[in-house]
Amino acid sequence: MSLVVQESGKANSGAPSTRGATIHPALLTFIPLLPFILIFGFFFIYPIAALVYVSFLSNENTFTISNYVTAFSKPYNQGFWNSVKLGLLSALMGAIPGAIAAYFLEIKGSVKIRRVIAALNGVLANTGGVPLAFMFTAALGIQGFITVALKYVGIDLYANQFSLATFSGVLIVYLYFQLPLMIIVFSPAITSLRKEWREAASNLGASRSKYWRHVGLPILFPSFLASFLLLFASGFSAYATVNALTVGNFPLTPLQIGGLLDGNVSATQLHLGKALGVVMIVISALAVVPYLLIQRRVARWTS
Amino acid sequence: MSQNYLKVKGLSKKFGNVVALNNFSLEVARGELVTLLGPSGCGKTTALRLVAGLERQDSGTIFLESRDLTLIPAHHRNMGMVFQAYSLFPNLTVAENVAFGLQMRKVDRSARIKKAHELLDLVGLDSQSARFPHQLSGGQQQRVALARALAFEPEILLLDEPLSALDAQVRSNLREEIRRLQLSLGTTTLFVTHDQEEAMSISDRVGVMNEGRLEQIDTPDDLYNHPKNVFIANFVGLMNQVSGTKTGKSVSVFGANLKVKNEVVTDGRVLVYIRPEFVELECTESDADAKVISRLFLGSVSQVICQLNDGTIVHSLLSSRMSAEFAPGIRVKIRVNEDEVLVSNG
Ligand SMILES: Nc1ncnc2c1ncn2[C@@H]1O[C@H](COP(=O)(O)OP(=O)(O)O)[C@@H](O)[C@H]1O
Ligand SMILES: [Mg+2]
Repeated sequence: MSLVVQESGKANSGAPSTRGATIHPALLTFIPLLPFILIFGFFFIYPIAALVYVSFLSNENTFTISNYVTAFSKPYNQGFWNSVKLGLLSALMGAIPGAIAAYFLEIKGSVKIRRVIAALNGVLANTGGVPLAFMFTAALGIQGFITVALKYVGIDLYANQFSLATFSGVLIVYLYFQLPLMIIVFSPAITSLRKEWREAASNLGASRSKYWRHVGLPILFPSFLASFLLLFASGFSAYATVNALTVGNFPLTPLQIGGLLDGNVSATQLHLGKALGVVMIVISALAVVPYLLIQRRVARWTS
Repeated sequence: MSQNYLKVKGLSKKFGNVVALNNFSLEVARGELVTLLGPSGCGKTTALRLVAGLERQDSGTIFLESRDLTLIPAHHRNMGMVFQAYSLFPNLTVAENVAFGLQMRKVDRSARIKKAHELLDLVGLDSQSARFPHQLSGGQQQRVALARALAFEPEILLLDEPLSALDAQVRSNLREEIRRLQLSLGTTTLFVTHDQEEAMSISDRVGVMNEGRLEQIDTPDDLYNHPKNVFIANFVGLMNQVSGTKTGKSVSVFGANLKVKNEVVTDGRVLVYIRPEFVELECTESDADAKVISRLFLGSVSQVICQLNDGTIVHSLLSSRMSAEFAPGIRVKIRVNEDEVLVSNG
């Protein structure tokens, strides 16, 4: 290694005599990365830095932490709690049945069934926002056709305080895209399980459950966690669906940020909205930590 | 050898309407290495998987001594299997892989790790025991798979083309190693391959399969020298096919009359099967049968390749000293140094 570096250094130190100007070798490797660094800086680092900066500004544009004090008190702390809960619950309720569904589709399903489900999933996982909210309102809203149909047969959904604008209502709507999303992102992990592993295990004396305990599940776990995280992120930050469904008055952080930045915005509102945004970023970043820890362990046995 | 350790009787297996195995019977003696040899798709893997319990037969029985295994699930059969490739558990270290069978048998941790090291030592890989499978070469991975299949002292070792994914040098080293281990541990072994050289070099007996059936099972020598039919003659070793004329129980070829070994062939023009080592050459000017086109020097022996007047290629295996005079272009007379031959209607 060191030999190669020395040689390229030598080649470059020889260059001035023929060319006049020279570029440091480290710089040379850096140049092809420049477009990426520019784009990354401009669209990622810069907005976050600006967000963090503004979130610490007072009305008079002096430094303050009061935005964060407000962010962590009522009703905004409730918004965080609800958003995290919604993210976690909708991810959990999507991930476990989704993983099992992916397994049966990939292992037991016929090619035809797999194709139909894959196409359907592609549509469902991408159906979000206002159309999804409309679909559910049309079906399960107070005047929805299922609600009305159930009333005919004597079941009154709304007698038991059911509403799509509640936490469980929103959760049900979220599952509609979380489940297909899980099937899509988790299926490749299932197909990566080799038949030889299952058969070798059974040859070596492992029952089906022991195969899963010692081989199947440990191999799938990192992918499961990564998929779960993706579902969490999509549930945690979903905005349009729940906005349309609850007409914007449900204590979730994305809706609260939307409310603060909507219409005539005062400086206080703007700065508070940014502070809420920063907290969301921090929560998302924290969610990645367990994955990174697992990934470090797994990196030893994956190439 | 009394051949009554593993007894497989009348196994048949269909996949849809493909007949993979057709009334397949086989007996293997304790400590014997039997190879199933045959072209791709002839049912070798299916036979092995039925013995392992990885697939369920349509009919037939499998016995180990007096124990009926026919309906016993794979994980209770106590048979070690080595697959073609990629069968090591990627999430376990090499040592953990080898110890897996013992772990499933509830052997305590220190005992099974000790045994794993013993086996890894046998295959020359103890230094790699803490690594993960993806860090090993293909040949090393197959050694580990072999150690893993032997670690729990299986009743039968089953190998399904374990060398076919490896390159030539590693392949021939490892096949000798498999044989050495098998002999020293005395493990009864069923080996599957489509490579006849591999089969002939390491087996006590070789069973040649064709279209789901066992055509002939014999020692490598008997199989080579006394093939039961034309399919086997062609499949095992190099075989010349030249045309001759059959009348009753004899056939005339290269001006000589030879006895016909197999019966069910009609008289007239036939194909005659002759091993290269029975083809002798003699330089001639006048009544030549063939012309030498090339000579392959193989060390102590050489292969002289001739072309008959009708275009047929004939191989002759001669000692290198004797074959030196047969340079390309030389015209030769052919003599068959064999009394009895196989023929077919071609
Ligand atoms: N799981 C299966 N499904 C359908 N056909 C199969 C399956 N396994 C094997 N076959 C068919 O059975 C025949 C024998 O296959 P196999 O035992 O794998 O042959 P070999 O190992 O000698 O190449 C082949 O025609 C193959 O296509
Ligand atoms: Mg096969």
